[in-house]
Amino acid sequence: MTGETVRIAQLSCGPEYSGVQKEIYTAAEAVGAEVFFPDLSLADIRRNFKDFGLDVRSGDLKLAIARAVALVQGVAEADGVFIASCFRCAEAAIVRNELRRYIHEHSRLPVVSYSFTERTTSGTLLTRMEALTTIARRRALLARERQTGLTMGVDSGSSTTKAVIMQDNEIIGTGWRPTTEVLQSADDVIVLALEEAGVKREDLDAIGTTGYGRFLIGEHAKADLIQEELTVNSKGAVFLADCQHGSSTVIDIGGMDNKAISVLDGIPGTFTMGGICAGASGRFLEMTAKRLGVDITELGPLAMKGMGEDVPMNSYCIVFGTQSLVNALAEGHSKEDVAAAACHSVAEQVFEQQLQEIDIKEPVVMVGGTSLIQGLVRAMGNLLQTEIVVPHHSQYIGSVGAALLASGYVEKN
Amino acid sequence: MAEVFIYPATSLILSDLVARFGHKPLGTALSIRERVQTAGLDSPPLQMTPDDAKKGLRWAAVEVPSGVRGRMSLFGPLLDRAEAAIIVNNPDFAFGCMGCARTDELVEFLVKQKEIPVLELDYPADEEEGIIFVRKVRDFLKGLAGAA
Repeated sequence: MTGETVRIAQLSCGPEYSGVQKEIYTAAEAVGAEVFFPDLSLADIRRNFKDFGLDVRSGDLKLAIARAVALVQGVAEADGVFIASCFRCAEAAIVRNELRRYIHEHSRLPVVSYSFTERTTSGTLLTRMEALTTIARRRALLARERQTGLTMGVDSGSSTTKAVIMQDNEIIGTGWRPTTEVLQSADDVIVLALEEAGVKREDLDAIGTTGYGRFLIGEHAKADLIQEELTVNSKGAVFLADCQHGSSTVIDIGGMDNKAISVLDGIPGTFTMGGICAGASGRFLEMTAKRLGVDITELGPLAMKGMGEDVPMNSYCIVFGTQSLVNALAEGHSKEDVAAAACHSVAEQVFEQQLQEIDIKEPVVMVGGTSLIQGLVRAMGNLLQTEIVVPHHSQYIGSVGAALLASGYVEKN
Repeated sequence: MAEVFIYPATSLILSDLVARFGHKPLGTALSIRERVQTAGLDSPPLQMTPDDAKKGLRWAAVEVPSGVRGRMSLFGPLLDRAEAAIIVNNPDFAFGCMGCARTDELVEFLVKQKEIPVLELDYPADEEEGIIFVRKVRDFLKGLAGAA
């Protein structure tokens, strides 16, 4: 890393022709990073491509492969890697996936991969770029395993806002509210958490914020740490699940998007974020609960009693998913079966769209509010053929991660 | 003088050959440098915008990847003007490379649909094949109307 500028190597095919290269540059600049293309001679390209052994036809994919080999061999130096190719290109999808795996297995470089369309904006890429730079810039902070002092973490999510107070590695206060007005929701949960902890705001040694509203709340609360949710959530997950050493996989199905993170020794290696449609998010489960006339907290136990296999449901799109839901009820399927089918459908979308992009290593930890929906956890476990770990306070994962990481600022303060 | 579409469009050698025989080469005529520091092998103008991928819809449907459509927004207008075409299959990077194999397939198909004179050649593997390659290009270009 040169000074404070994080250097991100771009391995790609098509962004310049899709008119989104500028968006990639803008996203990187916004987080103090610089995107560059590893410099290779034609002889290097020929040799590296041949050595890698994946015989693709497209020239730019051959170049991406050659650049990846150069990065792994240390011929080209970078702090992180951004792999991008056109959405809907099968050849590029194979290369993207294999390069991500290759770099992850043969180096310690953080990698994010993304398939873009011409509609991709810098805003879409921002959190991913921020996570890449965080891993490069704050590796020492991310290695923190114990919370110290009295710290608070606030997670401003798209659906809910959460706050956690921690002291000496223990959670002593929590607060939770649906997100309405961002600052007001944050103030509300902070009051709740402080009350439960029995401490005053001025007693806090450090504050961390994360989630969509992190910048706004961070500025408002004078936070010491303002950090994207990919690194914060994975840190919170491995801390609460007590798997800070070795490999693990963190899955967070959120209200608006999903995160799947491959973690090594508490530090994210590869991750994906997003979802094609809200049909693959917690939003669809909220709609399902509403349509079934139950509270979202009752959906999980309801789904556990049902057999989703008998109900055809595909929530690739939330509109079609809702149609399936209505049709299933009209055909006389029970609420329990429909709830189970909805959970299975969301798990299946996340499995097909996102989990293919990271290496699943056990233990698999599910976090976020949706991890409390047992039917969803069971469905994901069935798909992955593994026992999913849901740690205590899993719905507060972002806040816990923020409180833990913020404690790195305690001594400084 | 005929307007001759060349593919790979970045090939300076093809561009030069076409011009030598008195025709107008239709290509992007961008050199492949010995050291590649830019985004792709064919280094397009970075002022391309998402609108270019939309312009490409004239030649490729919306489900076609945006990179292919963006490329077609550059090559499509050249194809429309083309009165003849020379296509070189499996060229070496240094000869010219269009970056995307799917675009190659589409461009070659659209060229053949136009019912214009087309010379399709494999990239030569050695000097002897190279001489035959140049001879075939020369004969093709001489046979076009308005050759020098």
